[in-house]
Amino acid sequence: MEISKRSRITILDKPLSRGKQEVSLSAFSLLFSEMIQYSQNRVKSVAELQTKLSDFGYSVGSRLVDLLFVREKGGKREIKVLNILLFVKVNLWKALFGKEADKLEQASDDEKIYYIIEKEPIISTFICVPKDKGSLNCAAFAAGIVEAVLNSSNFPAKVSSHWHKGTTLMIKFDESVITRDKSLT
Amino acid sequence: MSKQPGRGLESRKLVGELFTLTYGALVSQLIKDYDNDDEINKQLDKMGYNIGIRLVEDFMARSNVDKCQDFRETAEVLSKMAFKMYLNISPTIANWSPANDEFSFILDNNPLVEFVELPDDHPDLNYSNILCGAIRGALEMLQLEVETWFSKDVLKGDNITELRVKYIKRLTDALPAGED
Repeated sequence: MEISKRSRITILDKPLSRGKQEVSLSAFSLLFSEMIQYSQNRVKSVAELQTKLSDFGYSVGSRLVDLLFVREKGGKREIKVLNILLFVKVNLWKALFGKEADKLEQASDDEKIYYIIEKEPIISTFICVPKDKGSLNCAAFAAGIVEAVLNSSNFPAKVSSHWHKGTTLMIKFDESVITRDKSLT
Repeated sequence: MSKQPGRGLESRKLVGELFTLTYGALVSQLIKDYDNDDEINKQLDKMGYNIGIRLVEDFMARSNVDKCQDFRETAEVLSKMAFKMYLNISPTIANWSPANDEFSFILDNNPLVEFVELPDDHPDLNYSNILCGAIRGALEMLQLEVETWFSKDVLKGDNITELRVKYIKRLTDALPAGED
């Protein structure tokens, strides 16, 4: 009985959804708030809290990456740094937040570092950071998503969130990524 | 007292998949943090309750509905307005008890469970339990005490997902001073 119940149609037997369903921002914001409160009760510092949020994001990103490449690129992966960054700025952002990221910039003094700038991230719409936690940026969640997408696409990188021109996600690629990219041209 | 016009049912929207995957990340974290399914269910219910008691304010501001006359109307408003507004679904209302104090929501397109399969070692996990908490919390703020639970769940191999809502009592004591 148990076994026959379990051998039902699996997720892989069903057609892939087109991902057009929408929910209200209020519902998401309250869920996100519960997630932050839950994490906050289990950490001792703002830095730890940001790491927790980033871990949540990582879990989201690593599940999203295959879905997006299949849906948007016909299963074809990017191999160039610039292309994967554009993928993040355009495709990933549209799939998650309904719009492109505001800006993509490269650091002038370090070829490993890029910035994705979002003036008002939709996930932080209703978040008001308390004064004693001024450095906390809940877009750490988005940073985790981006980090997962880059790492799963074989572009090892660290992504962190900062308060700068709104919210800036700093992407720092591993040295090997840049070396590889140069050998491709 | 004349009512202000509501803010309208249209609120800002967000991609459903972000919501789905975020909830998934939360549940998988709870699975790491707690040992047994009962604890996880309890935690999800608690989070839902916290959401419900806040979400109801948003709902009242937007929907501009009057007091429900009976429990049947409450069920209608929850399905056609609340579920519709926040999750963009309208669960079917079914299986009323003879005394009209208990009914079910049949959830067809539950956005929480898109992409979800329950692992074999969590047979008692009520994945969408946050919904139970949210309904309970929201109704409690409107002086209605209810019990909510999942009686059937497609993730567990049932043919439908059924969320049961049972009326317990009216909470008259909780009325703030100055309200009728």
